[in-house]
Amino acid sequence: MSRTAKILSLAFIAFWLLTALAPSLIAPGDPLAINPAQAFQKPGLGHLFGTDESGRDVYTRVVHGARDSLFIGIAATALGMGLAIVLGTAAALSPRWLDEAILRVLEALYAVPSLLMALLIIAFTGPGVGPAIVAVGLSTAPGYARLVRSQIRTLRRSEMLEAATVLGRGPWAKVRNHLVPNALKPLLALVTLGIGQAVIWAAALSFLGLGTPPPAPEWGAMLSAGRTYLHLAWWMSLFPGLAIVVVAAGATLIGRALGGKVKAL
Amino acid sequence: MAYLGWAARKIGGALVVLWLVATAIFIGIRMIPGDPAEAIMGGPGSQASAEALAAARAEFGLDRPIGVQYLMYLGKLAQLDFGTSYSLKRPVTEVMGEVLPNTLWLALVSLAAAWLLALLFAAASMRASRLGSWLGSMFEIIAAAVPHFWLGSVLIMLFSSALGWLPAVDNGTAAGLLLPVLTLALPLAGFLTQLMRDSLAAAMGSQFALAARARGESRLMVFWRHGLRHASLPALNLTGWAFASLLSGAVVVEAIFARPGLGRSLLSAVLARDIPMVTGIALFSALVYILVMAVAEGIEKFIDPAGAGA
Repeated sequence: MSRTAKILSLAFIAFWLLTALAPSLIAPGDPLAINPAQAFQKPGLGHLFGTDESGRDVYTRVVHGARDSLFIGIAATALGMGLAIVLGTAAALSPRWLDEAILRVLEALYAVPSLLMALLIIAFTGPGVGPAIVAVGLSTAPGYARLVRSQIRTLRRSEMLEAATVLGRGPWAKVRNHLVPNALKPLLALVTLGIGQAVIWAAALSFLGLGTPPPAPEWGAMLSAGRTYLHLAWWMSLFPGLAIVVVAAGATLIGRALGGKVKAL
Repeated sequence: MAYLGWAARKIGGALVVLWLVATAIFIGIRMIPGDPAEAIMGGPGSQASAEALAAARAEFGLDRPIGVQYLMYLGKLAQLDFGTSYSLKRPVTEVMGEVLPNTLWLALVSLAAAWLLALLFAAASMRASRLGSWLGSMFEIIAAAVPHFWLGSVLIMLFSSALGWLPAVDNGTAAGLLLPVLTLALPLAGFLTQLMRDSLAAAMGSQFALAARARGESRLMVFWRHGLRHASLPALNLTGWAFASLLSGAVVVEAIFARPGLGRSLLSAVLARDIPMVTGIALFSALVYILVMAVAEGIEKFIDPAGAGA
């Protein structure tokens, strides 16, 4: 990664973290304050991104929405990746029959399209933020686990591990000294790519009315509300969507710069 | 013979996968707190009538031991009997049979469109300048980052509200299909192009491309006969995944464009917590995914220059 790319990536991450943690710094207003007299204002100097059907300021809502959208995306990726590391490592280090069995389970989970699996989970749990995190996390886990497994298997046959075996190192020392550090960098790239996708999936669930309930300023939920007024107020749909695209595209760029491949997702 | 063995392995693998998905759903139903009959009929505290609950108990054998219930459940699925959708009060297979052609058609047309776009982008990037190729890769990344549910809205705003060229609701005409297909195909084309460009560049810079040029083949010929063949492999490898992502996207696209289909039925089933319907659609999509994977693998064997087909 070049120096400029590093600085740009860090700036990007810092910007979104700041927005998520302290949205009032750049959008001091109240994202839930309604003002029916000001409904459906076009974007302009008074309201940068316009106002929605209840006169709430779309700019304030987009900025404050970063917290929910990013939190769900990051939490879901953490859950999916945690599960994937456990399953993938277990498979790679197991005897052949167990490895084969875990691989079959992963394949089975992978065979259900992500959003369909998320919907399946929500059919059992009912809608909400918690279920959305679990649904997105579980539906991304099998893809990650397959990659973790192949990553570990490649490392396992590497010469440094052979050397460690010859030197009589125990299995724990091998995992700690060789597998974890060497598998970490590709995983970091994967996580970055994954967060971008998870933000999209989480917003999709809210858009379908199964994630964050309105009137919370979450990007997917805002798009869902904007859809009703698409012909009347395009700005209600344009800006929350742009926020998602910027986060997802940024995550993809950083992930690729870290050496991740799109194939993973 | 080798082909038969391959087919047998595929079918065996597919059965294992379907069994696992079915088992996961069975466990899922048991994990819902409260009466499992209520869980099947719309979740805890559902408004299902006493006789509907009694029917569900009889149908799923809920008064029998859990092992028997599991076997009964698997036996039914094996006969492709997914039960009765409680929200629609009709057999699940009947509903799926009605909406499935719509979704498959949408997914196939979108897959074809995405491939066409990806091939065009990849080919154009071969001739592009440095700036052009940078712009191209930015476009791919952004296209792949655009969520379906937003792209659909933007396309409606642009082509329907502002320009008035295309209908916002899918009315069954070719024009009505255009926006849903674009919504599904553009992000996928972004992914496919990202994959194809690297291998295309590698193939065009390789020894055999040089040799073909030395034999007097035109650049276009080399691109067509060798470059594309190599470039399509990694993307083809992802066809199963691409199809699965199209099925995911169909849930959203069918909702936006008010188009009847598998995705829309699934969404309303999830909202109503109609477990028989959800089970049927989930198992069925898994089956479709496995079939598509097998076909893609077959095509890949045929195209791969290293394989016997070449």
